[in-house]
Amino acid sequence: MSNIAKSPWLIHYDGSSCNGCDIEVLACLTPVYDVERLGIINTGNPMHSDIFLITGGINSQNVDVVKQIYDQIPKPKVVVAVGACACTGGIFKDCYNIKGGVDTVIPVDIYVPGCAARPEAIIDGVVKAVGLFQQRYEEFEKKKREDKQNG
Amino acid sequence: MSIIAIRILSAAAFVILAPLVGGLLDGVDRKITARMQGRVGPPILQPFYDVIKLMNKQLLDVERMQGLIILSFLFFMIFTGALFFAGVDMLLCMFALSTAEMFLILAATITHSPYSYIGSQRELMQMFCYEPMILLVPIGFYLATGSFKAIGTIMSATSPIIYTPGFFIAFIVVLTIKFRKSPFDFSTSHHAHQEVIKGITTEMVGIRYAFMTIAEWYETVFLLAIVGLYFVNQNWWSYLIGLAVILAVYFFEILIDNTSARVKWGTMLRISWASTLIFCGINLLILDVMR
Repeated sequence: MSNIAKSPWLIHYDGSSCNGCDIEVLACLTPVYDVERLGIINTGNPMHSDIFLITGGINSQNVDVVKQIYDQIPKPKVVVAVGACACTGGIFKDCYNIKGGVDTVIPVDIYVPGCAARPEAIIDGVVKAVGLFQQRYEEFEKKKREDKQNG
Repeated sequence: MSIIAIRILSAAAFVILAPLVGGLLDGVDRKITARMQGRVGPPILQPFYDVIKLMNKQLLDVERMQGLIILSFLFFMIFTGALFFAGVDMLLCMFALSTAEMFLILAATITHSPYSYIGSQRELMQMFCYEPMILLVPIGFYLATGSFKAIGTIMSATSPIIYTPGFFIAFIVVLTIKFRKSPFDFSTSHHAHQEVIKGITTEMVGIRYAFMTIAEWYETVFLLAIVGLYFVNQNWWSYLIGLAVILAVYFFEILIDNTSARVKWGTMLRISWASTLIFCGINLLILDVMR
């Protein structure tokens, strides 16, 4: 069993939001916070990523986009919802086109609160996601072995 | 020990050690880049963690044929370096290198993804820019030492750099393209990880992307070995100079990467061909007159 938690690559998608959390996510990459020291890379390509980081709520236009990105991430994968909008729909909750938080479309593992979520909170959420990522991987390997045994 | 045994041993050493050296160089690169940007940066072993992670990911099969093609790319890259370290004709090494590169382009185009399609077109453009110089490298060595083989350089009394400084400079310029460094990182960038959603590697998932990364480590070591060969002669201390120059050139490429913005392909073509024509051409003329 390998330790894969040292290399969590993430893809960031900004749904229906004010872009405040979006900017805070990018702030995590700056010299002040430097998430690359944890091996984290902001990939932009779902096929290369492990952690799906979403800011902003889900509206009727981006629901398919979010689903597709989620499906294109190879297992094991973890989803992190960053900010009030991604968690519940936030201030946009009652708008006619808003479905609500990210968990209305895909399963969310970790919720990071805040409006906008602070970089410290985002990094904390990602670190929690990294732990879950390793756990998912171990489950994934176990299932693969079981499938092999059962033919 | 017979010369044949030494040749086989050095090729075997390349096959085993090159990924370790290449991965370490990649890690050092990321660390130095981070420091240049005022960041702490990932651990030096990070590229190995990344490859291990990629090998353990689920394989989303976009196109079954792609797996075989990427393995061919890896195989030909190992073959290229092994030929070079076994002291076989350098022209053959360069042709094997081009063959490997064609497999990489094929692996990207076969998936029909628009992003990897753009990446492969750009990769072809890059080949167009560096290939003349890559083919001129063995000719430079031939003119300096009278042999197309690396062994000719090792046996000669003086280093080839004395006769071929122009070749060396033009080779360093195309090395920026080969290492996928800014300003010439079109088909897929080495660091930013967002260039047209990673260009040529877009549809390479899990273990296939890991193989592609390992093949690039082999390529890095092979190309840096050529850089070192310019400074090697029959004296033992020339190898130390070669090693120092390799490290200096690698640092120089990182510096260029961090201090320059991406240019358009036309500029890349002009810069690479102009440096090939001017430095290599003048050097070739002088060597020809001297003969």
